Amino acid sequence: MARLSVNIGGGLTIKNPVLTASGTFGYGEEFADFIDLSRLGGYIIKGTTLNPREGNPYPRMAETPAGMLNCVGLQNKGVDYFIDHIYPRIKHYGSELIVNVSGACVDDYAEAARRIAARTDIRAIEVNISCPNVKEGGMAFGTTCDGAATVTRAVRDAFPGTLIVKLSPNVTDIAEIARAVEAEGADAVSLINTLMGMAIDVERRRPCLSMITGGLSGPAVRPVAVRMVWQTAKAVKIPVIGLGGIMDGRDAIEFILAGASAVEIGTANFVDPAVTVKIVEWIDNYCARHGVDDINDLIGAINQ
Amino acid sequence: MTNPTKRIMEMEVVTAQAFHPLYTLLTLRCAPGTDPELPAMKPGQFVQVAIPDAPHTFLRRPISINYVDGNEMALLVRRAGEGTSRLCDLRSGARLNIVAPLGRGFTIPGQQTGRLLLAGGGVGIAPLCFLGRAMKAAGLTPEFVIGARSDADLLELDMLREIGEVHVTTDDGSAGEHGVVTCHSTWQLGATIQRVYCCGPAPMMKAVARLSDSLGADCEVSLENMMACGLGACLCCVEKTVRGNVCVCTEGPVFNIKELTWLD
Ligand SMILES: Cc1cc2nc3c(=O)[nH]c(=O)nc-3n(C[C@H](O)[C@H](O)[C@H](O)COP(=O)(O)OP(=O)(O)OC[C@H]3O[C@@H](n4cnc5c(N)ncnc54)[C@H](O)[C@@H]3O)c2cc1C
Ligand SMILES: Cc1cc2nc3c(=O)[nH]c(=O)nc-3n(C[C@H](O)[C@H](O)[C@H](O)COP(=O)(O)O)c2cc1C
Ligand code: FES
Repeated sequence: MARLSVNIGGGLTIKNPVLTASGTFGYGEEFADFIDLSRLGGYIIKGTTLNPREGNPYPRMAETPAGMLNCVGLQNKGVDYFIDHIYPRIKHYGSELIVNVSGACVDDYAEAARRIAARTDIRAIEVNISCPNVKEGGMAFGTTCDGAATVTRAVRDAFPGTLIVKLSPNVTDIAEIARAVEAEGADAVSLINTLMGMAIDVERRRPCLSMITGGLSGPAVRPVAVRMVWQTAKAVKIPVIGLGGIMDGRDAIEFILAGASAVEIGTANFVDPAVTVKIVEWIDNYCARHGVDDINDLIGAINQ
Repeated sequence: MTNPTKRIMEMEVVTAQAFHPLYTLLTLRCAPGTDPELPAMKPGQFVQVAIPDAPHTFLRRPISINYVDGNEMALLVRRAGEGTSRLCDLRSGARLNIVAPLGRGFTIPGQQTGRLLLAGGGVGIAPLCFLGRAMKAAGLTPEFVIGARSDADLLELDMLREIGEVHVTTDDGSAGEHGVVTCHSTWQLGATIQRVYCCGPAPMMKAVARLSDSLGADCEVSLENMMACGLGACLCCVEKTVRGNVCVCTEGPVFNIKELTWLD
């Protein structure tokens, strides 16, 4: 068996490179009937905000070729509810629990991060500066270097643990944004969040989603995501966590070869609720087939 | 992983009865070599089916449990698009990957104090059939009120008649009373209606909900919101309720109409 543990920044090592993507894995407990969560490198839970959010109206989802659009809009009960009622229930799964944090303004991000640091043992947060589904904040921060840097700086001051900044693909030069957050003290970057998209029901002449536009995920986005991970990994020194359309172990290895230290599995969980553990097994098997003793030797290891 | 209630199951089609151009009844059992025993399933719960050989169907499709018979379960499928058409075209022996059981079911009263009316149409009768069987097994006396476009579109009538009395309406008057479900004279019989259960197209469910409310009867409806995960993980399937947006896949698909905002 190859060594599968990887470093995801800020001195944090996870037992294997497979994480789950925020918003696609609930709080982990939704999948406990299907998989042993302790076999994952970690699980990144639902987007959490300082105050409760109702999210956007239904319909929030439309299936598209090899993927789906969503406009959930960060429905959650707020960080205090999470800490008091959900965290105690889910902290025992035996793999790294990472909270995904969102905000409407810089102070909201920082305050939510501060409360997580003060009231839980959570060692890493992923800051979502890239949500395309909320009117205020969200993606607006992730599409300019200034915005991304400002949020990163504020959260860096509030959270001493591993700070992962999740980047938006809805930009011209993602590497430039990655460098900006690295300069402000981010320990890692994860990418990509969903790509902004739109679908129309032509019979009814109506947009399929209540918010008209939404975020595209699933295998349809994978080549874009692989390209962005490759560009970003070359541009920064901190670990890059890759995601976007990973459906199986092969896809996960593709991201690692493009330069990702770890991967997140998102929409694939909807298709196969046991896919994450299968990916861990596939990666192990791949390493054996290729005579790789340490997964770290594969990070960015493409022949050009 | 202790005591999992939901399972991912590899299943095999035992029979596929395409008894109508639009509908197929599939009976399924666990594939040979897998645990033959089905998990406990309740009327109103549903399954998420992975669609085989459907390049344009990426997500699973939610389908109600029509009934369970020992180690077999049945799904009644209506051709709505590519995914359901693939299911309707399956032959016996085909394999299906299913996640089940999902959601919460209908509430079955401990004691009968009035009429129990199960109202529906189209594939909406699928969960009502399962509910009726469970009620009958519990010693209750369910009655069905079934609406269809015409005589040829009445599904599983014989099966329903074995469970209880069936009141029929058709849009064209070719069977039963002429009109829609809520027009049937049985609603006005005068005997107290204890509870109404409804599954069918949204306009039908809303009309039945209003009628039940006006008759002072409790009413549960089964919603068919679009789903991605079916597990409460993605929050795509929400319905607006008096408690805010809640997931239909985990808190439903059955809701008491008092919880919904339909009557406001
Ligand atoms: C809890 C639940 C139980 C259901 N039970 C049954 C059942 O027992 N038998 C059955 O035949 N169908 C049932 N449905 C509806 C079934 O899931 C949809 O018809 C199916 O998802 C359509 O997929 P498709 O690929 O065939 O069509 P698509 O090509 O995806 O869509 C075709 C049409 O169906 C509509 N549609 C898509 N998804 C849904 C959906 N989830 N609900 C309603 N309409 C939809 C689309 O708007 C479109 O107009 C149920 C749905 C839910 C949520
Ligand atoms: C239904 C849904 C909800 C999501 N919610 C969040 C969220 O709350 N926070 C976040 O950072 N990303 C969210 N995402 C984005 C995913 O984490 C991921 O970045 C994206 O889906 C691409 O990966 P995938 O193709 O593997 O799904 C969501 C995605 C989906 C499909
Ligand atoms: S379908 Fe994903 S939460 Fe209901």
